[in-house]
Amino acid sequence: MNIIVCIKQVPDTQDIKINPETNTLIREGVKSIVNPFDMYAIEEGLRIKERLGGKITVITMGPPQADEALREAISMGADEAVLITDRAFAGADTWATSYTLSKSIEKLGKYDLIICGKQAMDGDTAQVGPGIAAQIDIPQVTYVKKTEEIKDGFARFERMTGEGYEVIETPLPCLITVVKEINEPRLPSLKGKIRAKQAKIVKLTSKDINADPNKIGLKGSPTVVDKILNSLRR
Amino acid sequence: MTEDKSSKQRSIEIIHKKCVGCTLCVRACLFDAIRMEDKTAVIDYDKCTLCGACVPACKFDAIRFEKGEEIKAAIEDYKGVWVFGEQKKGIIQNVVYELLGEGRELADELGSELACVLLGKAIEGKAQELIWRGADKVYLVEHPNLKNYQDEPYTNVIVELVKEFKPEILLYGATSIGRSLASRIAVKLDTGLTADCTKLSIDKEKRLLLQTRPAFGGNIMATILCVNYRPQMATIRHKVFKEAVVDRSRKGRIIKRSYPENSYESRTKLIDIVEEVSETVNLAEANIIVSGGRGLGKSEGFKVIEEFAKVLGGAVGASRSAVDAGWIPYSHQVGQTGKTVCPKIYFACGISGQIQHLAGMYSSDIIVAINKDPHAPIFSVATYGIVGDLYEIVPALTQKFKEVLKK
Repeated sequence: MNIIVCIKQVPDTQDIKINPETNTLIREGVKSIVNPFDMYAIEEGLRIKERLGGKITVITMGPPQADEALREAISMGADEAVLITDRAFAGADTWATSYTLSKSIEKLGKYDLIICGKQAMDGDTAQVGPGIAAQIDIPQVTYVKKTEEIKDGFARFERMTGEGYEVIETPLPCLITVVKEINEPRLPSLKGKIRAKQAKIVKLTSKDINADPNKIGLKGSPTVVDKILNSLRR
Repeated sequence: MTEDKSSKQRSIEIIHKKCVGCTLCVRACLFDAIRMEDKTAVIDYDKCTLCGACVPACKFDAIRFEKGEEIKAAIEDYKGVWVFGEQKKGIIQNVVYELLGEGRELADELGSELACVLLGKAIEGKAQELIWRGADKVYLVEHPNLKNYQDEPYTNVIVELVKEFKPEILLYGATSIGRSLASRIAVKLDTGLTADCTKLSIDKEKRLLLQTRPAFGGNIMATILCVNYRPQMATIRHKVFKEAVVDRSRKGRIIKRSYPENSYESRTKLIDIVEEVSETVNLAEANIIVSGGRGLGKSEGFKVIEEFAKVLGGAVGASRSAVDAGWIPYSHQVGQTGKTVCPKIYFACGISGQIQHLAGMYSSDIIVAINKDPHAPIFSVATYGIVGDLYEIVPALTQKFKEVLKK
């Protein structure tokens, strides 16, 4: 099994507090973490690999410092890590992000399964996972809460719905997005931490992935932010 | 439509001559992308998302912000507002009626039609209800493979419908179905998609849909535009808009379409649909929610909450700490890692109001907070606050509501 796990580095929202006087976010000292939902994606990849063998490649698109998030995934047990980084990617919306990730995945070669967290904690869109699946035109199963079986080029998953769940069978390769209920992510081992420190992170730029300049970053984003307001108070 | 996406790039820069080093922009930046160097602001372009939040914060006109030029492609050809008619087991989901209510207003403002897209197996009987609820047209596609939602056939069919009829706006409920479907369609149609909106309005002059949504766990509200692509697509949160009322005198047209057999093919196969019996109302659909948190102190505390919810006909929610303590199953969790809810009334009992919890419930119409600590953050979002012991207050409220509601 060749498994690709897509992760995102996000500000730790547990750390974000509101200044009661100015009603603005206090960002000082807010650390960056691996998006919590992506931790379940990494863990699920590790569990599948432990059962079936194979390799886990963790990828992220982000600024150079997103390197840290990849190292955390390696410390948990991921085999390889790829940082997709280029100033040309800045300002990407979910469309441009899923395009960039899909081009990177194509560059990486053969794979059986792509795993994403159900959504990122900062944007909360849940759009990039299905976006990648659509870009490379493979089947998707979103909101997976259990991997039932993977065998002979097919996989069966339980997909969480408002009322319960659906059992869905899909040929491989496919993309899944996972929810919190699927597993309990492990803590990194000491050995893993040492490996993470020494690991070489592969870097890919827009040129490396043969990206169409009109489809990446702000230029490739159909949506733009018009206005941002702080708002919680009543 | 995919040619040059914008002729003039969006850009931002600090005009160093004007910058006085006041740091207002640093505080306004949501992405930690501005720092001070030698008493002047410097933008870290690796972090900057060009959102422009710093521009109005600057009192000295020291930030030059280029929004980018709009290009007019064939977008004038796109007319009309569409709503995805999500159905499960042949039952139209409530969020569809909410979207028809809001869609009607948007369509009237644009002077265009409102239509609903209905996919299913032998589902024509439901089309009339959609017309009564405000749709001028129902685009109907029936096929055995459309009986239950499946990503690929639903995507294929809606993509074909959009290509033929060209709506300018297409709205979906932000459900597990709507979010998966809309993301796939956005890629196939080469257009923008905004997730989980809580407010919509129209810029009449530019015929743009202003899509407002919470981000950063609800700490900020962002308004998103899709200027150069059509349709403008958004998923919309439950319970944000009022359901369209039924008007049986309304007339509309049903337009049927069918497509080549391979359009309905799905590589994924739906093997089984399992419904888990729940003693309570579906949280996302509930009009009243009573939630308990760490302040309950013990698992048994939920009895008090459940009793109150029962009297009100509401659902039981919980904060993450109550779920993590094992007092109540995860399916009840409200907040960023749980469910996002938007009831008419939300009772927060013994919940301090961590940002993660607020993110999941702050858009409720009325929030009643009951907490011992007068400084608990929950009071900052509450419509009504009661400071005191929930074990005294909640049973007293239960008793009073029992009397008033004659239960």
